[in-house]
Amino acid sequence: MSLYATRRQRNSMATTLAWAAAIFGLAWLLLILISLLYEGVIGLSPDVFTQTTPPPGSKGGLLNAIVGSLIMTAIGVALGTPLGMLAGTYMAEYGRYSKLTTVVRFINDILLSAPSIVVGLFVYELLVGPMGHFSGISGAVALSLLVIPVVLRTTEDMLLLVPGSMREAAAALGAPRALVIGKVAYRAAKAGLVTGVLLAVARVSGETAPLLFTALNNQFWSTDLNAPMASLPAVIFQFALSPYKDWQQLAWTGALLITLAVLALSITARALSAGRRKSK
Amino acid sequence: MNAPAQVKNHATKISVRSLDFYYGGTRALKTISLPLHTHKVTAFIGPSGCGKSTLLRVLNRMYDLYPGQRAEGEVLLDGENILDPAIDLNALRARVGMIFQKPTPFPMSIYENVAFGIRLYERLSRADMDARVEEALRGAAIWDEVKDKLQASGLGLSGGQQQRLCIARSVAVQPEVILFDEPCSALDPISTAKVEELIEELSSRYTIAIVTHNMQQAVRVSDYTAFMYLGELVEFGDTDDVFNRPREKRTQDYITGRFG
Repeated sequence: MSLYATRRQRNSMATTLAWAAAIFGLAWLLLILISLLYEGVIGLSPDVFTQTTPPPGSKGGLLNAIVGSLIMTAIGVALGTPLGMLAGTYMAEYGRYSKLTTVVRFINDILLSAPSIVVGLFVYELLVGPMGHFSGISGAVALSLLVIPVVLRTTEDMLLLVPGSMREAAAALGAPRALVIGKVAYRAAKAGLVTGVLLAVARVSGETAPLLFTALNNQFWSTDLNAPMASLPAVIFQFALSPYKDWQQLAWTGALLITLAVLALSITARALSAGRRKSK
Repeated sequence: MNAPAQVKNHATKISVRSLDFYYGGTRALKTISLPLHTHKVTAFIGPSGCGKSTLLRVLNRMYDLYPGQRAEGEVLLDGENILDPAIDLNALRARVGMIFQKPTPFPMSIYENVAFGIRLYERLSRADMDARVEEALRGAAIWDEVKDKLQASGLGLSGGQQQRLCIARSVAVQPEVILFDEPCSALDPISTAKVEELIEELSSRYTIAIVTHNMQQAVRVSDYTAFMYLGELVEFGDTDDVFNRPREKRTQDYITGRFG
């Protein structure tokens, strides 16, 4: 067989394998999404958004879990974003050539891939233990520890993408460092920075493990940060493992809600970064 | 040979004296001395890597943004040594503006691009600011093209317009010296012609230094020319003399295209 024909054959073989692998991976994802949609949609009703989690056998919804998730995610992101952004700014701007940056980046990469249950245990020791009880605020702190590495990473990456000539141009006008960063570099990287925060929200809104050790769960309506707080992932965890049909149904619906929310966030993030590319 | 003997008498805005520059351990400029005359255009020519951009970046201490770069010697701006560590860098850069090779509009509106620099130094009323922005845009010969879309993004302009916007932005802070670092190398011939015309016009009010790879450009826009090679200043003098009666063989070889 000629050299060329062999090469062609190898090429088509490799292409087929790549396709097969891609389809294999996507198929499972699709199956999960379809079954989630199928099982979850049945349970969707106004009750889901207006009533709290019920005892087995009676009517109810997910209101307390939804609100709890929103509260803890919001506080977690509010705590974690400034820290992540400031650290990322230091690394990309002030300390770009310093040793500290290399060290922080390495540690951050570990934190980024650390099992979230470890973060839960850490906050359990740090807050839950001394406080003597589970609480919404320790849940929020645990989530914020997961927000920091994501935001830090994207902030650094996005600022590094801002061309140095842009900073030089601002500095050449006599702008002090802080203004060069705040008014020019941040603005140039804005879409990327927002994307980072959205991705962080998407990441933590589905976290269960860190919440089980910190906010625990709450069957009742509660917005008290000093008391155990319900959250969608924790409720799903509890209800899905229960023997009760109606609880299992609520778990499916809750899972669908989280998935849709994360999907919406990811699409927004994508649209933002696509818009950024177009404007360049 | 650094003494520019046959240069006519003009007031000196910047005086570079025995300047050495180092990138870490590499010596990029070797004992450079030359004057930049007030309200004149001085062109820096020479092959890539000869140090002409490096020299320009010393004049507004741009190199200070990066670690491991340092300058030795003296650079006097109106008699004051700008290499003095105690000098206020932001104040220096307000007096010595810079235009870069690639146009660098900020990601904001055309109006804001110009107002950005002004706001660093002055607090103006809306009307005064409008007037200043217009004045700067007129000064950079771009007002007619952008007056109806001042709120549009500066990134949406063509390359040549972006470069003139950057010139407007630089002019707006009312510098005394403007440094052009190959300002036309990313522009088409028509935009280049406009920028060159502009440089000529600006030279009546500003002291200008321009780095260029285009020798015709140097002839067209400059009053004085410095030819640099491998970190040394080979020849400095009247543009006319340097191009028509070069004293150095290396200068002659370069401008006739025999090396470089």
